[in-house]
Amino acid sequence: MILRYTLLERAVHWLSALTYMYVLATGLAFYSPHLYWIAALLGGGPTSRYWHPWVALVFVAALAWMLRAWLADMRITAADRAWGRDMKQYIRNDDENLPPIDRFNLGQKYFFWVMLFAGLVLLATGLAMWFPPSLPLALRPLMILLHVSAALITIGAFIIHVYMGTAVVRGGFTSIIRGEVSPAWARTHHRLWYHRVTGK
Amino acid sequence: MSATLRIQAISGHSGAAPGAGTQRGERVAKLIDTTTCIGCKACEVACVEWNDLSFRETVFDNTYQTMPETAWNYWNLIQFREHIHPDGTLQWLMRKDQCMHCAEPGCLLACPADGAIVQYQNGIVDFQQEYCIGCQYCVAGCPFNIPKFDQTTKKMFKCTLCTDRVSQGLEPACIKACPTGCLHFGTKEDMTALAESRATQLREHGGYEHAGVYDPQGVGGTGVIYVLHDATNPEAYGGLPGNPRVPLSVKLWKGPLKWLGNLAMIGGLLGVTMHYLRFGPKHVSPKEAERS
Repeated sequence: MILRYTLLERAVHWLSALTYMYVLATGLAFYSPHLYWIAALLGGGPTSRYWHPWVALVFVAALAWMLRAWLADMRITAADRAWGRDMKQYIRNDDENLPPIDRFNLGQKYFFWVMLFAGLVLLATGLAMWFPPSLPLALRPLMILLHVSAALITIGAFIIHVYMGTAVVRGGFTSIIRGEVSPAWARTHHRLWYHRVTGK
Repeated sequence: MSATLRIQAISGHSGAAPGAGTQRGERVAKLIDTTTCIGCKACEVACVEWNDLSFRETVFDNTYQTMPETAWNYWNLIQFREHIHPDGTLQWLMRKDQCMHCAEPGCLLACPADGAIVQYQNGIVDFQQEYCIGCQYCVAGCPFNIPKFDQTTKKMFKCTLCTDRVSQGLEPACIKACPTGCLHFGTKEDMTALAESRATQLREHGGYEHAGVYDPQGVGGTGVIYVLHDATNPEAYGGLPGNPRVPLSVKLWKGPLKWLGNLAMIGGLLGVTMHYLRFGPKHVSPKEAERS
């Protein structure tokens, strides 16, 4: 077996996952009256409102850690661009003739950067919403609009990420829990990474 | 009058409001005639007393202004301005500032908490602190900068138009305290007529050719209307907005963005489900599995 994610990487991934799901659930409660029942499940409206920004800060901290840890692996390379041109085949599960790629594929890299930049927008607008007097009156509603827009973009990315990681790429979910993948899995999905880490 | 406290609109509510779209009761309005206000602040004291609000220290700024704006425990404030006309003459402008009780309240539209803001059929917009979650979205929805946050209780507060008094057939406390009669309370219809006749009087006999009534239609009209000496320049009265509206970004957020978002979220879930039904999972390639 090959180590794909260290214990720390896995722990931070799940920290970001859990904190994201909490701010997602409480955020959705504030997004629509039809989803306000989520706030009741999570301890009530005031409790949800109180913890939403604090938990969000933990999520942003996890994002920052992942940026530092994975920046080198997340740069988009020529191999990614070649793979991206054939992404249609990947979507259709015709994976046999896809160009080889390194540790992450282009979809994973897009997900990472979408979450990072949307996270920055959510952080900036969220801080403004947390402390409304810090902003001129006219800018406050704009902050909410941007916050909701950025959140919706992350939700789209999140749906695809969870779907790919659990349902589609078999072996992906166990790799982010126990950290290991088989050599065959590595060669199938991340051949350049396999060569790099095994030296074969 | 108590029948007028039937609910017409509820914030953050997923069902219909009991009185939505109906017009069974009279709409009430407060009329503030700034031309006869002497800035005595009796209305401020009456408001603090009747609503049992805690003491708040004033902020001295070298004028008669007692504090810059209303506060969570100070719902009614005289905005005092020394207005200098182009010809060099000076005029004292005194305007009683409080919640305007908009017919189309931006605070209620922005509020995500079920039942935290209600609009009664008599037009009063009231905050229900037990349902308030302290998110302060109402601040973003209000074009008059009225809802204020209390750090201790994490709740929003503002003028209630003395719903407790109005529901019992009484006038709001500020009205009762006014010594010059510049404050009036009654049906919106009566108050509008009274305001218009006063504005006409000011134009024809008072030398105020621009006198007029402030009842901004950008928010559907308000439950608090002003008679101004110069209705063409409401900003001079301590920042009364010329054409207040519920901010466009709030309308976009609560309208098109919500539909787009719902469509995207449901579409995304449907999309991945359909993808799985059509293409299914990716397995390790048999060729690679054999090699191992």
